[in-house]
Parts: sequence; structure tokens; C-alpha cells
Amino acid sequence: MTESVHAHADEKPPGLWRWVVTTNHKDIGTLYLLFALLMFFIGGSMSMVIRTELFQPGLQFTDPLFFNQMTTMHALVMIFGAVMPAFVGLANWQIPLMIGAPDMAFPRMNNWSFWILPFAFSMLLSTLFMPGGAPAGGWTMYPPLVLMTGDAFPYLIFSIHLMGLSSLMGAINIIVTILNMRTPDMNLMKMPLFVWTWLVTAFLLIAAMPVLAGVVTMLLTDRFFGSSFFNAAGGGDPVMFQHIFWFFGHPEVYIMILPAFGVVSTIIPTFARKPLFGYASMVYATASIAFLSFIVWAHHMFTVGMPLAAELFFMYSTMLIAVPTGVKIFNWVSTMWRGSMTFETPMLWAISFVVLFTIGGFSGLMLAITPADFQYQDTYFVVAHFHYVLVTGSVFGIFGAVYYWLPKWTGNMYNERLGKIHFWCSIVFSNLLYFPQHFLGLAGMPRRVPDYAIQFTDWNQVSSIGGIGFGLTQLIFVYIVFQTIRSGSKAPARVWDGAIGLEWSVPSPAPYHTFQEPPKLAEGELQHEGT
Amino acid sequence: MVLPGLAASPAQADFALNMRQGVTPISREIYDLHMIILWICVAIGALVFGAMFYSIVRHRRSKGAVAAKFHESTLVEVIWTLVPSLILVAMAIPATRTLIAMEDTSDPDLTIQVTGYQWKWHYRYLDDEVSFFSLLATPSDQIKNRSPKGENYLLEVDEPLVLPIRKKIRFLLGSNDVIHAWWVPDLGWKRDAIPGFINESWTWIEEPGTYRGQCAELCGRDHGFMPIVVEAKTEEEYRQWVESRKVAQRSEQALAEQEWGLEQLVERGEDVYNKICAACHQPGGVGIPNVFPALKGSPVATGPVDAHIEIVMKGKQGTAMQAFADQLSDLDIAAVISYERNAFGNDSGDMVQPAQIKSAR
Ligand code: HEM
Ligand SMILES: [Cu+2]
Repeated sequence: MTESVHAHADEKPPGLWRWVVTTNHKDIGTLYLLFALLMFFIGGSMSMVIRTELFQPGLQFTDPLFFNQMTTMHALVMIFGAVMPAFVGLANWQIPLMIGAPDMAFPRMNNWSFWILPFAFSMLLSTLFMPGGAPAGGWTMYPPLVLMTGDAFPYLIFSIHLMGLSSLMGAINIIVTILNMRTPDMNLMKMPLFVWTWLVTAFLLIAAMPVLAGVVTMLLTDRFFGSSFFNAAGGGDPVMFQHIFWFFGHPEVYIMILPAFGVVSTIIPTFARKPLFGYASMVYATASIAFLSFIVWAHHMFTVGMPLAAELFFMYSTMLIAVPTGVKIFNWVSTMWRGSMTFETPMLWAISFVVLFTIGGFSGLMLAITPADFQYQDTYFVVAHFHYVLVTGSVFGIFGAVYYWLPKWTGNMYNERLGKIHFWCSIVFSNLLYFPQHFLGLAGMPRRVPDYAIQFTDWNQVSSIGGIGFGLTQLIFVYIVFQTIRSGSKAPARVWDGAIGLEWSVPSPAPYHTFQEPPKLAEGELQHEGT
Repeated sequence: MVLPGLAASPAQADFALNMRQGVTPISREIYDLHMIILWICVAIGALVFGAMFYSIVRHRRSKGAVAAKFHESTLVEVIWTLVPSLILVAMAIPATRTLIAMEDTSDPDLTIQVTGYQWKWHYRYLDDEVSFFSLLATPSDQIKNRSPKGENYLLEVDEPLVLPIRKKIRFLLGSNDVIHAWWVPDLGWKRDAIPGFINESWTWIEEPGTYRGQCAELCGRDHGFMPIVVEAKTEEEYRQWVESRKVAQRSEQALAEQEWGLEQLVERGEDVYNKICAACHQPGGVGIPNVFPALKGSPVATGPVDAHIEIVMKGKQGTAMQAFADQLSDLDIAAVISYERNAFGNDSGDMVQPAQIKSAR
């Protein structure tokens, strides 16, 4: 490209208004990521309230009702406000860059799907100040309890509708972009794995989010319009809610992990300087996980009293899902095997992802054993399980992605030393925080309680110390990002010497407009094909 | 604040790591399954992480490692799909066997109906016409850190569920309001108690002893404060206990026939209030603004008696205020209403007799 084309490609509208009306995938990606960061801190401060109260037995700081509001809101904010938008932000930035597209397929819808979110979450968070307080029935919203929510109830439902709309628009955009806007040389089996995992995730979103919207609407009509979907006295069934909810809920957990699989499958080959092992089997494993995720939902409900045949079915299908998950882990290790590895911050996050996500997978496998789940269910063991997969899995994946691509986004290199400090503190504190929760659950501590019997004190104290440490550590991350944007050494176009892929063929920072013309795929431009 | 609590805790339980084996054949089977799957995970983990850390140490550029080029191998990929599948099949067999045994509730020796309430348990011995509520017995001073915590803090009740050992006991679980879950770890399982539905489960306890558990499904504000205590006794002791329960229930009925004085009513009512009502309306009747109404000076507690009786007996739809007609005896309802009308500065001097409640039913 000539200089003048470059200059034009980098022309941005001036002022703050740009961010409101922008249809540029990079701007929108940035908005999503910043929004997710904000929510990460809001949700995080709620978890600080929880861990502070649980530092000692007895009630010290919170009323039990407020405690329940904190557990409920923490989960909703983290799932729908932090993890999901962060991944959509990554998709916005990276998918067009990785497939050689000029932008997302529907730029205006893209603007919408982001700008709905601040409204949804303002509404959700405002319930904290309403009479009766915020929702306190758990993020799973089981009736009849959730129907006892105060004035917050319709706001909860409506904010979930809005989040669902936003996710759906995002998913449609991603699918159309991936299917229609790849540079002509790139057929499906040449796509980078991050793009593949997002394609599958987007289909999961389209299948799952309307189910959530439907089931919360049924709650709404039960409360205000006299229906009895979930009211036994009116001929309904409270357990039916759980079936519908988890039909959404289990795919939802994979929505939050598949893009992280994609990130890790991108980072490891770069720093091992070796092509991804088993690209095709990675794609098939992703697809089979996605399929299986729709037939395992009732493993969240083993104790509701299902017929034996149903319990057996869901036990077997849940055990089965461990197989494709295992394949992925073996492939990552094989990618590292006989590589030429270096350990920059993104690689550290990716390696820790492989180890800690696997630990979460192990506890998942244990939870799949139905008879044992009759002990584990609704204890801190489950809390430990899903924090291993979601925090040391999804969130660490997001951190890895941010360190990996931040130089491409900002044009500046982050401070490697601080990055490593952030990493090591996070590792130590997150394990202090979550590992003891396995022990607490096995010893018999239920989840969602503000107070506990004294034999649970010791591990709770360890966990709380880890929690506060983990929370404070994240301030380092904010500082690093801020510092990288403001200063930092200039990053080259190909930031990492082992990095392969179209995104590295454009300058750093990536110009405002890229790939106005579809790029040619040079020899060795794809990570999994080797150089 | 921590120290008194720590000092009182049973030493062997501190820093507990693992699941309890429990005291029933099923709970031991579950423990074994738990240990098998745990060791499988540990073994796989050792292999995978071992290979990975070996690679991290050996295959690093700083040691001059040069990257190989391989990126697939159908053979190993088939192996690491098949081997885990076979391990899982091997695991599924004993798990299936245990699950089938757990679901077999046929031929019980006795049946207990368990009903969850916000926030207490009700037990009915279907073979013996014995029934009672079981409530948290930990004083609120301990919860609010005003006095040292006892050994069984939060895991103690006023009336434990007494069960015979070496009998097949069937449980029928249901709920009066929201979903609860009845869980005693030493028995090996939990089961949801769901309004409008009856769940079944069973146990067979090997040894006499006291086994403690808790509600395991979020059920509202005091979810953390509805423990379960099972006292397992020998057959003989169990029969004695049943007989003494029946005698006590009969003398309670006799009391309700009497005419009561204000002072006696208020005294009894205070106990009932603190056990049942104070969870929401709070000690001192001050309530929680916008969540649970105060009774101190409230229109109901100071207005016409009939309305007061009505709301206590029938509850208020769509709120946490339950219908207490089926939960409390005539005497207790009369006493607690009398108390509420005379305590908290509501000094009305009104009095409600058990007979009045009886006729209002
Ligand atoms: C090997 C794969 C996995 C298996 C076999 C598995 C199995 C299970 C089972 C059986 C439960 C229910 C436990 C109970 O409530 O008793 C559960 C809960 C949960 N899992 Fe997994 N899981 C796996 C992976 C994941 C992943 C990848 C995620 C998310 C990234 C995840 C997120 C969750 C969450 C959020 C819950 C708890 C939901 C709640 O009750 O609030 N799991 N898992
Ligand atoms: Cu699941």
C-alpha cells in the first residue's frame, strides 16, 4: 500500500461522539472490552463483599438477604456483563483481521448490539436501590423463590431480554461475517481456530439465548398475568423451569469457554513456534462439544428427582463430553511438545489455562458421576468447579488474548515485567481462592450461605485471603493497559516472531480501516499449516 | 472474635479435606466412587501435566531447542480418544449399579414425610402419627457475634429427627413454599423438596449417633439457617422415644382445652414468636423496611382481632407470610397473637383463647 492510502485508512472521526455512532469493528471491539472491564470490577467488588462476610463464621457485615443479592448479582454481572462481552469484543477486533474482511457484515447492527448493553446493566444494577432490593434468588432464578423478588423483578427480566438481544445480534453478525466475508483463498478448513470456535459459539448463542428469553418471559407471566407455568397449585411444574433454564444454561457455559479454546489454540503455536497439533480434530472436537452441550443439561438437576432412566442418560452423556474436551488438552500439549518455546506473558496465561482448566474439567468429570453428585451438588465443590473453568479458564483466556493482541491494537508494547507480575500474582491468589473450596464442599459446606459451621472456618479464611489478593491484583492489569495505551515502546507489525496469520500482516496499531481489498494468502500465512 | 469460635471447634474437623464416608452402605459406595474417579483424575493429570512440564523444561528456545514440524498423527489421536472412552465405560458400570440401588425405595420398614418450610423442617412419622417442626437452635447472639459460638454452631436444632438404626427408612420429601433440599452428608445424598411434588429417597443407618446436615438449595433469606439433625437410635430406644412423643402430644392437646390467662398466653406466645416469627418480623417486632413489615404499632397488630387471626392462620398470598393454621396448634396461635398484641408497646390488653382459634378453623 502507498503512504496516501495508509493515511486515509487511518482517518478517524474526531470527538467523543465518534464512540456513540461508530460502526467500525475496531472501535466497537474496544467499547466491548472496556465495558467488560468495568463490569469485571463491579462484579468483582460484589465478590469482595461475599468473601469478606465469609472470612469468619457469624454475620459480620451483611444481612443474609443482602448477601443473597450479592451472590445473585455477582454471577449475572460476571457472566453477562464481563465474560460474554469480553469475548464479543475480541471477536469484533480479531475476526475481520484474521479472515481478511474490511469490517463486520452488519456494522450498524454491531453498534446497536453494543449500545444496548449499558442500558441493560444500568437497569439491572439500579435494582440494588429498589424497595426489596436486588434479585436474591440466585442467577439461576428458580421459581417459586425468584417470584418473591420485590420491585426488582420486572427489571431483572427486562434486562435479561436486552442482554439476550445484544448477544443474538452479535452472534448473527459474527456468523454472517465469517461465512461471507472471508478472503477468497480461505476456505472453512483454513480458518484460524479462534474464528472456528467463535463460529460454533455464535450458533450456540442463537440456539440458546431465545430459550432463556422464553423461560424468563414465562416467569414474568406467572408473576403478573396469572399464568401457572411453574406453579404446582395451578397445574404447572417448578421443575420444568429448571429443565428449560439448563437447556440454555449448559450451552451457555460452553459459549463462555469455546472462544477461550480458540485463543489458547492461537497463542500456544506462536510461542512454541510449531503448527497447532491436530487442527482438524480440534475443529471436530469443538463441534462435538457444541452438539453434546445440548444433551447434558439435566446434570445440573440430578437431585430434583428424575426417573432412573433419565439420570442414567444424563450421566453417560455428561461423561461423554469429557472425551472431546480431553482431545483438545492433548492437542495443546502435543503442540508444545518438541517446540522451541519462549514464555512471554500471553504464553504464561495460555499454559496456566491448560493446567487450571483441566483441573476444572476433572472436577466436572467427578460431578458427572451421578451418585457422587448427590453429595457434591449445591456445595462449594461445585463453586470450585465452575470458578476453575470460568475464571482460571475463560478469564485467563481473555487475559492471554489481551496481552497477545494489545500491541496490535495500540501499536505499543506492554511492560513485560509488569505483565509477569500480574500473571504470577493472579496464579497464586486464584488458587488460594478456589482450591480450598473443593475441600469445603467435600467437607459439607453448602453454597450460597452467608454463615457457616465453625469447622469450615480455616479454609474459608484461606479462600478469602486469596479472594482479596486476586481482586487487588487486577488493578495491576488496569495500570498495564493504561500505560500501554499512553506510552510503551513501538510494536512492529509482526509483534511476536512466531506469530502467523493475517492480522500480523497489517501495521501496528492496526489502521482504522484494513483489508479494503481482500488480501492474498501468502505461503505459510496460516498457523496450522506450518511455515 | 474468631478465637472463641476456633477454640470450640472439634479438632479433627479443622482443615478437613475429603468427603465423609458416612454411616450407610450407600454413603460408603458413594465415597468409593468418589475416590475412584478422583484417582483416575489424578493419574491422568500426572500424565498430562508431567508431559507438559517435561516439555516446558526441555523444549525451550533458551536451551537451544529447535521446533519440530509435525502437526498430526492419526494413530495417537485415535488412541487418546479411545483410551479415555474405555476408562469412562469402566467408571460408568459401578456408578450405574449404585444409582440403581439408590433409586430403589421399595419395601421400607418405616416412612417419614419431610416438608420444607421457609426456614424450618417438618417431620411426620407416617406409621406412628408423630409429627413436629425442627428449627435452628443456635441463639441469635452467637450468630451476631455477641457470645462465643458453641461446638455445633448452626448445626443444632430444637427437635432432632429420631430414626432407628438398621431399618430401611423411606423419605417422602415435599415443600410448603419454595424449593429446599434435605441433605445429611453422612447419609450420602441430598434430595430436593419441591412444592406440589413428592420426591422419594431412602436410607439404612448402620450405627447409632448424631448426624448433622443443612438445607442445600437456596430458599431465601435464612437458607443458611435451617439445619438438619438426625439422631439414630437402637430399635428399642427408638420405640421408647416414639411412645414418649405420643404422650407429650396428648398432654399438649389437653392444655388447649383450658381457659388461659393473659400472662400465661403472652409468656408462651413469646417463645413461639421468637422461634417462628422473629426470623422475618425480627426480635422487637421492628421488621425489615420494604421487605418484612414491622408488627410494632402495625395496623394489624393494633386493629381488629379477627383480621389479625385471619392473617396468621391463612397467610398472605404472594409474600413470605405463610398460612400458619397447619403449622401451629390452636394454643400456639392463640398465644402468639396475644403476645403480638401486647408486646412491642402494642399494649392492647387483648387476649385470644385456643377455643377461638379452633372455631376459626
Ligand atoms: C469436562 C467438562 C465438564 C463437565 C463434565 C461438567 C460437569 C458439570 C456438572 C455435572 C455440573 C453440575 C454440578 C452440580 O450442580 O451438582 C456442573 C456445573 C457447572 N459447570 Fe461444568 N462441566 C464441565 C465443564 C464446564 C465448563 C467448560 C464450564 C464453563 C466454562 C462449566 C461451568 C459450569 C457452571 C457455571 C456450573 C454451575 C452452575 C450453577 O449451578 O450455578 N463446566 N458442571
Ligand atoms: Cu452443565
